[in-house]
Amino acid sequence: MANLLEVRNLQTQFFTQDGVVHAVSGISYDLQEGACLGIVGESGCGKSVSVLSVMRLIPDPPGKIVGGEVFFRGRDLLRLSDEEMRYVRGAEIAMVFQEPMTSLNPVLTIGFQIMEALKLHQGMNNKEARERAAELLAMVNIPQAADRLDDFPHQFSGGMRQRVMIAMALSCSPSLLIADEPTTALDVTIQAQIVELVKRLRDKLGMAVIWITHDLGVIARLAERVIVMYAGYIIEEATVKELYASPRHPYTLGLLGSLPRLDEAPGTKLVSVRGQPPDLIYRSPGCPFAPRCNYKTEHCEREMPLLEAVGVGHQVACWEKSRTEGVRPYDRE
Amino acid sequence: MTGNNVLVQVQNLKKYFPITRGLVFSRHVGDVKAVDDVSFDIVRGETLGLVGESGCGKTTVGRTIIQLYRPTAGHIYYDGQDLTQMKGSDMRHMRRRMQIIFQDPYASLNPRLTVGAIVGEPLEIHRVAHGKEMRERVEQLLELVGLNPYFVNRYPHEFSGGQRQRIGVARALALEPEFIVCDEPISALDVSIQAQIVNLLEELQGKLGLTYLFIAHDLSMVRHISDRVAVMYLGKVVELSDRNTVYTNPLHPYTQALLSAVPIPDPVVEEKRQRIILEGDVPSPVNPPPGCNFSTRCPVAMDVCCEIDPDFIEIEPGHFCACHLVQSQKRPGN
Repeated sequence: MANLLEVRNLQTQFFTQDGVVHAVSGISYDLQEGACLGIVGESGCGKSVSVLSVMRLIPDPPGKIVGGEVFFRGRDLLRLSDEEMRYVRGAEIAMVFQEPMTSLNPVLTIGFQIMEALKLHQGMNNKEARERAAELLAMVNIPQAADRLDDFPHQFSGGMRQRVMIAMALSCSPSLLIADEPTTALDVTIQAQIVELVKRLRDKLGMAVIWITHDLGVIARLAERVIVMYAGYIIEEATVKELYASPRHPYTLGLLGSLPRLDEAPGTKLVSVRGQPPDLIYRSPGCPFAPRCNYKTEHCEREMPLLEAVGVGHQVACWEKSRTEGVRPYDRE
Repeated sequence: MTGNNVLVQVQNLKKYFPITRGLVFSRHVGDVKAVDDVSFDIVRGETLGLVGESGCGKTTVGRTIIQLYRPTAGHIYYDGQDLTQMKGSDMRHMRRRMQIIFQDPYASLNPRLTVGAIVGEPLEIHRVAHGKEMRERVEQLLELVGLNPYFVNRYPHEFSGGQRQRIGVARALALEPEFIVCDEPISALDVSIQAQIVNLLEELQGKLGLTYLFIAHDLSMVRHISDRVAVMYLGKVVELSDRNTVYTNPLHPYTQALLSAVPIPDPVVEEKRQRIILEGDVPSPVNPPPGCNFSTRCPVAMDVCCEIDPDFIEIEPGHFCACHLVQSQKRPGN
């Protein structure tokens, strides 16, 4: 299948008083039409900034996309004018944000906010837009959808608001939905509802999804390919099965090892990743994970490894990747 | 379970927060029933996990046990003494024996105090140590939680989230308590740091013989750390058992749904799993439904569930559950 999105060597930096924050340091990936890609990483690893850069929603100043290309169906989004970009956002690429509490306007009704995009992008009149908005709310399983169009965001619960956000994102039938930690603020039972909803809608509408999260469990349920980010770099990329079955980067191993599992034998000790998350201002020339890594050698501190293939569709950026072969993250004491 | 092994005994605990209207003459118009008739025991040396979704009252239970909130009704016996009847210096004396670690490591440390002052404050308040002795004790505590004692004169903003949570742990340990309420101590931290803090808490428990009430919404983490697990829904404990039974043989439909909603980080397992997706949202604790609180979302609700609130009954030895269906199937004699 054709590539919907091709990101090439994307670099985003923030110019702050303390120095330059290297939020995204040259990442490249492809996304096929209709596929689901998971981006995993801890806070500050650049996962949100990388997709905000794709949407060109980086606040400038202090942020700036300093290099790279983002091809969406062959067009470089970074070269579009602001006017052209506005037509891509919403109509072709839509985004759902983490905080359902703050990403809706509290003084406008839900109906008004959904209809706004329909009128702008699809040129509908009030009546058509209202009908379509009710359909959309029904599609995301909001009961009595037509009656709830005149409600305000505070009259909805967190899970309902996230459904409204998804309805809004889908209003113009985008070919790519970017979900930036959409379930992080929600409870597990509500998270399960939202994950199932997105899975169902994706199959129905045939859109591609980029799902950003720090929860490796959600990704296992949803995505086909996974990218693991650390300190602004992609350090591992693989199909979801391959990544969980044979992770190769020491950080991925550490992440999986530090998760307790519902189906594990009790009494096992968690393998924690020692040390602290990296500083994105003062960077060493070597691998950013080296200070926390159990496999570190002198080479790691000197030079940043590049992504190299270790299997079909499985890439890892690690000098010591030969030593992590066959290591299982759950081998605990 | 013998009586003198029980450290904390919670009996029919209720905590309502009043809702009032009017500025000058405030009228009492209703109650948020945050905790509504909850009973359980915590055995010396164990970790009792308390899980539930946001707003189910788990934090309120924790805070009420150590008397940060005064309960509306019910009793809390700590080592045989009723905390709800205690006042003044007696209470202050008891407080030395129980401590709390808060959820948010950013909000629970005073930004204007140095780490030394934060960890040393309980020592000063309870006149346990001062001056050089206090400084030495603080350094010992920092070392115990894996921080460099050299950090005594630094301020909280100079630390990362995980390190701050370690400061919170050191503060809780300062008075050598026997019981610590851990109120979601890891939910604000990154995954790789969470494991560090959980390992630290387990290590300290082994070293100092602590008893924990571990409050969390992350079921897999609770299973990992707890000996027994209590599941809360809308102000009530719906199921309580040892951790293996809760996870392998959950009886209450809510526990079953909650467990099936937790994703397992393994795509092969995830593909095969059946999920129970609950409909709708948690009702408001101001106006809980009549009968069983879970009846509005329960996939197997019966007529009786909407009328009568089920009792919290021991179904099997050590396995408590509040559900009409389970009780009708498993009650001895049926």
